[in-house]
Amino acid sequence: MSISARRSLLPLLLGAGFALVPVVTGGDVYTVNLAIRIMCLAIAAIGLDLILGYGRLVSFGHAAFFGAGAYAVGILSTHGFTSAPLLIGAAILAGAALALPIGAVSLRTRGVYFIMITLAFGQMLFFTATSLSAYGGDDGLSLPARATFLGTDPFGSPLSFHYVVLALLALVYLGGRAIVASRFGRVLRAGGEDERRVIAAGFPITAYRLVAFVIAGGIAGLAGGLYAEFTEFVSPAYLSWQRSGEFIVMVVLGGTGSLHGAVLGAAGVVLLEEWLAEFTEHWRLIFGPLLVLAALAGRDGLARLLGRGTR
Amino acid sequence: MTAPRPILQLQGLVKHYGRLRVSDDVWLDVAPGETHALIGPNGAGKTTLIGQIAGEIPSDSGRILLDGADVTVERPHRRVHRGLARSFQITRLIGGFSALENVALCAQALEGSSFRFLAPASRDAGLNAAAIAALAETGLAERADIPAGRLSHGEKRQLELAMALVARPKLMVLDEPMAGLGKAETQAMIAVLRRLAGQAAILLVEHDMHAVFALADRISVLVEGRIIASGPPDAIRADAAVRAAYLGEEV
Repeated sequence: MSISARRSLLPLLLGAGFALVPVVTGGDVYTVNLAIRIMCLAIAAIGLDLILGYGRLVSFGHAAFFGAGAYAVGILSTHGFTSAPLLIGAAILAGAALALPIGAVSLRTRGVYFIMITLAFGQMLFFTATSLSAYGGDDGLSLPARATFLGTDPFGSPLSFHYVVLALLALVYLGGRAIVASRFGRVLRAGGEDERRVIAAGFPITAYRLVAFVIAGGIAGLAGGLYAEFTEFVSPAYLSWQRSGEFIVMVVLGGTGSLHGAVLGAAGVVLLEEWLAEFTEHWRLIFGPLLVLAALAGRDGLARLLGRGTR
Repeated sequence: MTAPRPILQLQGLVKHYGRLRVSDDVWLDVAPGETHALIGPNGAGKTTLIGQIAGEIPSDSGRILLDGADVTVERPHRRVHRGLARSFQITRLIGGFSALENVALCAQALEGSSFRFLAPASRDAGLNAAAIAALAETGLAERADIPAGRLSHGEKRQLELAMALVARPKLMVLDEPMAGLGKAETQAMIAVLRRLAGQAAILLVEHDMHAVFALADRISVLVEGRIIASGPPDAIRADAAVRAAYLGEEV
């Protein structure tokens, strides 16, 4: 089979697989909820893959934008807003608006310094969330009600929630693919390989990276907003550096620079966690080495990722 | 009749690294359409000077005029839009892109906005046509679909040239385009550059004296950060100071 055929076959199979989960399991709530969780996180991972996989910028603060979206939904809900388009729109906006200043500062640095500064911003926002005493502080915040849309209840049942998130995942995936293949995406990809070359070609590369960073932030905001609707709960843990790390693992595990890889990576991480946790409460002891193996075996290991700019 | 305004003017350019003066009061003109060779021994400061012209290395003092405009403090990508294109001493290509896409990338920097997010760039007929034309001019049209990383060294040099050429620059700054080429490849590169000579002014930094004397209208000699001589090839060949400082061993 040709490479291009395989490229479109796998995403189609993935989409069909998610669509069939409720059918095959007869609407089993546990399984459908698992699929919803995977799809929410996969949306965020696709956003991260744009800047990490294609732009080769290792952002260690992606959870901050995910958390911003979640808190946007949580806070607006406590103030009585229930319109789904409004809440989800606010989540996207919160993620993107936060990414703009953070990206503008972080993108002045390169390599390890970029990792450190995005991590620092992420931690700053994590502690900001813990100090939001009006909205639960450390304990987090329960949503008083789920969002509604034109009198319907899109997030009301696991089944309709499942298909709403699937539709949004498909939208983000197709949008991401278009961006990667576009003129903009070409500049972003080229900059990931050789920044000096791209500047010498006449592009102010930082401006392109900042736009990509803001798009990724908006996508993470969307994912966080959906996740808040899913769990009906928001807490500072959504912004933790561990969650940022988890997003990186998803992208790397799935193979950087492949958007359906990010979806696969999200599924892999969530399922592995669930599966290993059944055997032992010390499942991280097994999960860690498995990640090391995945990174070593993968064509795009961590080393190549961090080696950006040295070639 | 006055001479046409130079496309590039360096006026008293200085660059220090600590106490070392790498560029020491450099004055240099490149006329429109001229092929101007810059030669000098290793460590003379040629690559630093190119960095200053391209804008990657800030100058401590002096001025750089590009087509009459003062670009001394302008950022590198802005200079590209004013008509400056450069190649690198060690080829810099996007290895994962095809030869065509490398050139199309450079074409899209100067043709329309690159903040376009939806239409696939690889199907942009205008960009592809410009890229194919530039590849044809450097003799690489048949290798358009090969990933740049898999081209031979000589082909990579040709590709870098095509990437500079597609921008329709007023001035091309070429940093040792013959480096690492075999005899036949060097001859081919000389032929290509000779063909291009009419289209843009060229500032040619080169160690291969055969190529320099075959191509240059004028030659400037840089030694320890200073231009010690500048003139037509015959005058440079005869210049005693140049012979003493540099050419003696090779010519």
